[in-house]
Amino acid sequence: MSTGAPAAPRTEDPRPRPGAGGGPSPVLELEQVTKTYPSSPPVTAVARVSFTVTAGELVAIAGPSGSGKSTLLHMVGTLDRPSSGTVRVTGLDVATLSDRELAGLRAGRIGFVFQQFFLAEHASALDNVADALLYAGFRLAERRERAAWALQRVGLGRKLAARPTQLSGGERQRVAIARAVAGWPAVVLADEPTGNLDSAAGAALLDLLKELNADGATIIVVTHDHAIAARMHRQIQMLDGRIVADTTPAGRRP
Amino acid sequence: MTAPARPVPARLRPADLARLAAVGLRTRKLRAALSALGIALGVAAIVAVLGLSASSQAGLLAEIARLGTNLLTVQNGQDFTGGTAELPVTAPAMITRLPGVTTAQDTGTISNTNAYRSPLISAIQANGLSVTAASLGLPATVGTSMAHGAYLNAATAREPVAVLGAAAAQRLGIDRIWPGERIWVGGMWFYVTGILKPAVLAPEIDSSVLIGYPAAQNYLHFDGHPSTIYLRAANSQVRTVDSLLAAQANPENPEQVNVSQPSAALTAQAAAEGAFNTLFLGLGAVALLVGAVGVANIMVISALERRSEIGLRRALGATKDHIRTQFLAEAILLALAGGTAGVAIGAAATAIYAHVKGWATVIPPLAWAGGLAAAIIIGALAGLLPALRAARMSPTEALWTL
Repeated sequence: MSTGAPAAPRTEDPRPRPGAGGGPSPVLELEQVTKTYPSSPPVTAVARVSFTVTAGELVAIAGPSGSGKSTLLHMVGTLDRPSSGTVRVTGLDVATLSDRELAGLRAGRIGFVFQQFFLAEHASALDNVADALLYAGFRLAERRERAAWALQRVGLGRKLAARPTQLSGGERQRVAIARAVAGWPAVVLADEPTGNLDSAAGAALLDLLKELNADGATIIVVTHDHAIAARMHRQIQMLDGRIVADTTPAGRRP
Repeated sequence: MTAPARPVPARLRPADLARLAAVGLRTRKLRAALSALGIALGVAAIVAVLGLSASSQAGLLAEIARLGTNLLTVQNGQDFTGGTAELPVTAPAMITRLPGVTTAQDTGTISNTNAYRSPLISAIQANGLSVTAASLGLPATVGTSMAHGAYLNAATAREPVAVLGAAAAQRLGIDRIWPGERIWVGGMWFYVTGILKPAVLAPEIDSSVLIGYPAAQNYLHFDGHPSTIYLRAANSQVRTVDSLLAAQANPENPEQVNVSQPSAALTAQAAAEGAFNTLFLGLGAVALLVGAVGVANIMVISALERRSEIGLRRALGATKDHIRTQFLAEAILLALAGGTAGVAIGAAATAIYAHVKGWATVIPPLAWAGGLAAAIIIGALAGLLPALRAARMSPTEALWTL
């Protein structure tokens, strides 16, 4: 078994990949999304942001710190609700869903990758990935099967039993990515995924994200690094809570 | 596009919940063990107290059963003037004739006679000993035997010879028999030929100096009236014999006779002693309380330390309910582990002590089931507040504020 050319996964996911049938469907729709924090004076972190991400896209949300990209990430990830405007994930309006339903939405349709990895140090790579599927309702055996497949997919097929402390930074972030994609979410949100990696590991990780995207995963990378944003197919530039540019390889869009 | 189905959060399966609850304990073993220790000690104290009292009760009851519950005693009572109503000299023989009576032996307390180690001892230092005339089959009937030496026989019963009850020997300072050992009884030397083992069913014999009836009459001016008759009845006829005894012993004045069954009194006493030792139960309860505070403490700290884990789980799709349940289950598991260890420790302590004492080990179901139930309740109570706090934590703050 080699990591370069992944061996055939033991189980292929039976579910259709998002957007696989018919034309690409929107996974994420934001309309006039605003987030204001009630302080004196009130702070508007995100102001009237609108954009749509369709299945299969690879998007960077870029901007300096304080530009509102983290707040935007919280709302897109349904961990926070907008003050006004509409966020729809796979067509579901977040405002109409209860906290419990939002948790169910995250469990099934959103995958997170964090700058700090957030891996459980006492658990193996396999268990770290498998335990993340707990809230999606899979049984233990199925969780492990999917986790093994996902780890193979990110090139860690031979390190299933390794603990995070036995892995390099790049490998740890690969485990985190496997954790995010193991449940076949509609969208993967990566928050500064290369922020804690050296440049070589960071570049390799971006290659992996592009590979996964080429396989059909919808990925949004939040970053302050323009070099990283430039490697994504589409870049949404933010400044002071507003979108200042939204580019695609096909051309510039206002 | 068609309206998508509303997402439904998954339910945690019991096996998954158990795995989740064990995570916190597995990763912080020492801390978990220490905080479970308080609960373990409390439960162990309670189980041991209940187990020991039950075992000692069982031991006493077994001893009583071994000695037999068919021993009855007939004692002289009081007449209408308040004086001692002597039993007729013929009473032992009459009782022996009663159907169902297998054996009857008697003792007669010799009044105004005391026993001393030597004539040099002051007369007032009588040590609470009584000098008693005893029939020749007494030890077997009351369920005791010789610790040292030999009991009275037909020959020694006529001579100035004494056999000491267990307590009497101790108070006289005699712990073994050697030829020529003698004590000063009623103004003359009596030779000691034997020491009895304690008589559980007839403790009054323990503090007696026993001599033969003929010797008592010859040397100590004893009137020959028995004061207590010990008899064994066939097990099936104890009740019948009991009801007939008074009239048989003293046909003229049956109301002046006291009939009793020593084993019944002892059994009641055993039951009373088996009642809980309130002090130790109280100590156990305090230890449990301290353990509960320990569990609550570790769970609060755990919830604070594991902010990022909680945030991550929320991001991965855990509901507040899931987080609450996880922390509550962890607290209950912790307390239950302590409770189980406590039951084991308490049971082991009981077993060891009971073994040393030669009792059967008895752990009442109330003790171990109650101990485990108390542990679970304590875990749930102690874990409730930390679990609520953990569930209230905002996932964005937990994940992005470090």
